[in-house]
Amino acid sequence: MGKFHLFPPEASTTARNVDALYFALTLISLFFITVIFLAILFFCIKYRRGSPADRSNPSSGSNLIELGWTTVPTLMGLALFTCGAIDYFRIERKPGNAIDVQVVGKQWMWKLQHAEGKREINELHIPVDQTVALTLISQDVIHSFFVPAFRVKQDVVPGKYTSEWFKPTRTGEYHIFCSQYCGTQHAQMIGRVVVMQPQAYERWLKSGEQTESIVRAGERLFHGRGCSGCHAPNSKFHAPLLEGLYRKPVPLADGTMVTADDQYLRDSILQPAKQISAGYDNIMPSFSGHLSEEEIMQLIAYLKAIGQQEPPQQ
Amino acid sequence: MNTLDAKVATEIDIKTEGQFARDNYLSEHTVGSWLLTTDHKRIGILYLFTILVFFTIASVAAAMMRIELLHPAGGLMTSETYNKLFTIHGTLMVWFFLIPSIPTVLGNFVLPLMIGARDVAFPKLNLMSWYIFVFGGLLATWSLIRGGVDTGWTFYTPYSTTYANSHVISMAAGIFVAGFSTIITGMNFIVTTHKMRATGLTWFRLPLFVWSLYATSLIMVLATPVLATTLALISVERLWGVGIFDPKLGGDPILFQHMFWFYSHPAVYIMILPGMGVVSEVIACFSRKRIFGYAWIACSSMAIAILGFLVWGHHMFVSGQSVYAGMIFSVLSFLVAVPSGVKVFNWTATLHKGSIHFTTPMLYALGFIGLFVIGGLTGLFLAALSVDVHVHDTYFVIAHFHYIMVGGMVTAFMGGLHYWWPKITGRLYPELWGKLAALATFLGFNLTFFPLFILGYLGQPRRYHVYPPEFQIFHVLSTAGASILGVGYVMPLIYFIWSAKRGRVAGPNPWHATGLEWQTASPPPKHNFIETPIVTDKPYGYSAEKDVDLDLASI
Repeated sequence: MGKFHLFPPEASTTARNVDALYFALTLISLFFITVIFLAILFFCIKYRRGSPADRSNPSSGSNLIELGWTTVPTLMGLALFTCGAIDYFRIERKPGNAIDVQVVGKQWMWKLQHAEGKREINELHIPVDQTVALTLISQDVIHSFFVPAFRVKQDVVPGKYTSEWFKPTRTGEYHIFCSQYCGTQHAQMIGRVVVMQPQAYERWLKSGEQTESIVRAGERLFHGRGCSGCHAPNSKFHAPLLEGLYRKPVPLADGTMVTADDQYLRDSILQPAKQISAGYDNIMPSFSGHLSEEEIMQLIAYLKAIGQQEPPQQ
Repeated sequence: MNTLDAKVATEIDIKTEGQFARDNYLSEHTVGSWLLTTDHKRIGILYLFTILVFFTIASVAAAMMRIELLHPAGGLMTSETYNKLFTIHGTLMVWFFLIPSIPTVLGNFVLPLMIGARDVAFPKLNLMSWYIFVFGGLLATWSLIRGGVDTGWTFYTPYSTTYANSHVISMAAGIFVAGFSTIITGMNFIVTTHKMRATGLTWFRLPLFVWSLYATSLIMVLATPVLATTLALISVERLWGVGIFDPKLGGDPILFQHMFWFYSHPAVYIMILPGMGVVSEVIACFSRKRIFGYAWIACSSMAIAILGFLVWGHHMFVSGQSVYAGMIFSVLSFLVAVPSGVKVFNWTATLHKGSIHFTTPMLYALGFIGLFVIGGLTGLFLAALSVDVHVHDTYFVIAHFHYIMVGGMVTAFMGGLHYWWPKITGRLYPELWGKLAALATFLGFNLTFFPLFILGYLGQPRRYHVYPPEFQIFHVLSTAGASILGVGYVMPLIYFIWSAKRGRVAGPNPWHATGLEWQTASPPPKHNFIETPIVTDKPYGYSAEKDVDLDLASI
């Protein structure tokens, strides 16, 4: 960093595809600019006032020509749309087998936590050539997590999980910018991604003071905050069991079905009355205001972990 | 200007002196005759002065930002000040300059003249719209005097409703009020175009500027109420904590973006369509040719107006909206580019076999095409989903929309102002100075905004007043360009004032143009025409073969 560049470093698998389309668009633009500018220049010189050019039988329109310059750009547009859409579909679909990192945006910093429990502020250490998936949420206004070198960006919205992934291809340090205006210190909500060799990453992960994993932290919260008092086989309250729940369809009291994804789990913790499971009473208190965004993410990580176990017999 | 021209000029001077219409719409000089006027021409001039005030404030804000951005660490101002400056710049430029610019100034002035009418359909409402606009502008100014707003012109929630500690409501109220002036103007133009056309002036004999104003008016009437609703909802949430957009109150922040862009994307076409209309007039006039593909240009304005309502989600590709919604909005955004392309091709084809006069308005029109082509093509980058993920909210977007809004709309506004200036004032401006100003704005504009495309692709986010040092070179180039651009805008201000008093008398039709507005005296009489004109032919009945010399040497 610090040198003069015309293009940002190309440091992720996504970057290559985005750049390819960018160059294609640039070439097509240059083509149209050249054709139009040359035509204007040519006509302006040839047909300048007083020039001896032939001006007989001027045309004031031709539907054939109009159809031509309507159809060709339309087809080119559809082709470009397809290229962009295919890559977008890939960018927006979170792949499996990824290193999970939880990201909380707040005015004006990024708080990140790795699955192993390691925490960072405004920095993200990741290994090269491995897919990294971020789960992002904001605890105040909308932010946006932007890594130009990876060509990815995702708005970080309060009350709603979004996700973003990338697979870095080059080691090095790259900018993180908040790209959605978020208030006074918006321009200082910046950081860096450090892409490391896998061994160096392992060493970094184990350095510093040892922390409990996110799942472990979630389990502690599950018992410490009283969740397990109801959501347990031997509870005296009639509450749904959460083992085996994750990503399964849940029948609701109003007759609809919902998939138990991260957002559903989050809403059930904070606004339990919003979606009542069929066969249960609306007795759960809201934990809104009692848990931080990090704690909610830890709880969900724990619910995911037990959610993949076999459901116990009640 | 050579000596021969000067000699001819003097002769013409004597000949045309008597052609300055003594009894015209400007004859009365009392303050009351201005403040109580229902004459569309005077109202156009009232609007011109009003938007000039807001253009000046917003430009000064831009200049201060560009100076601050010379150094990566900023240093001249606090973050808070910078954030307020870009909010002033955006809100005033969009709602108090760009949206009213061509419609309320040039549209008000020439629409009735172009269709052979004595005035717009509702002259009193027309005056009322100006008062409403001024009142809205005062509310916005009040918000600035009290300390300003720091939300950006986009007012994204929940920042604007819950977190911002600035004067959001008075600014929102100002824009809300000004919106009614836009709606009234739009409605007035629609009715005027339907009901007030001269005998024989069928729809497909209308000048293309009228078509573009008609398309613009439809958007004004249909989209502006959505903005009013959105701003009202912001105020309700901010004042009384009613949960609409803030998730902490049970609202949905993305809902705001849908509502805001449902208005604000069509608003982009409110800003550019009238400019395209001006360019069609100017290109035909100074090519001395019937415009190529008249019906296609007219219908492309309508296509843009309709399709423009269906692309708002392309501002939200990284907001977390559905992938499939993103795809629909992307494909529609590519399609809306087609009618704009059709216009550019037709303008270019109009030059073929023309007899091209490089007058000041023509230079602005040609500059418009160049800048609009770049602005339009870079719009395709933003419509392409995967590329947009990278460039969204960066300087690439800033560069793109300034190419459309400033390179396009402001250039067209300047071109139109020069084109109709002799009609408005009855006098010509100094042609050489006009050409120099057109050249300065074109060069200054490109130097200001082209580097920002590169900067955006490098990843510089917008609304940053401190930035990594490797981006500095592009900011320095941009600031240098902005100074040239500033000169290009100040020059016309000076020679227009001079020419309004001392410019050479223009006569009714200095360009030998064919539109009805040129068939009456300059400045026009109070009720536009002594005899109501009758139209018997298609517009733009120019002939390149039988061209005449325009004598424009005026100093």
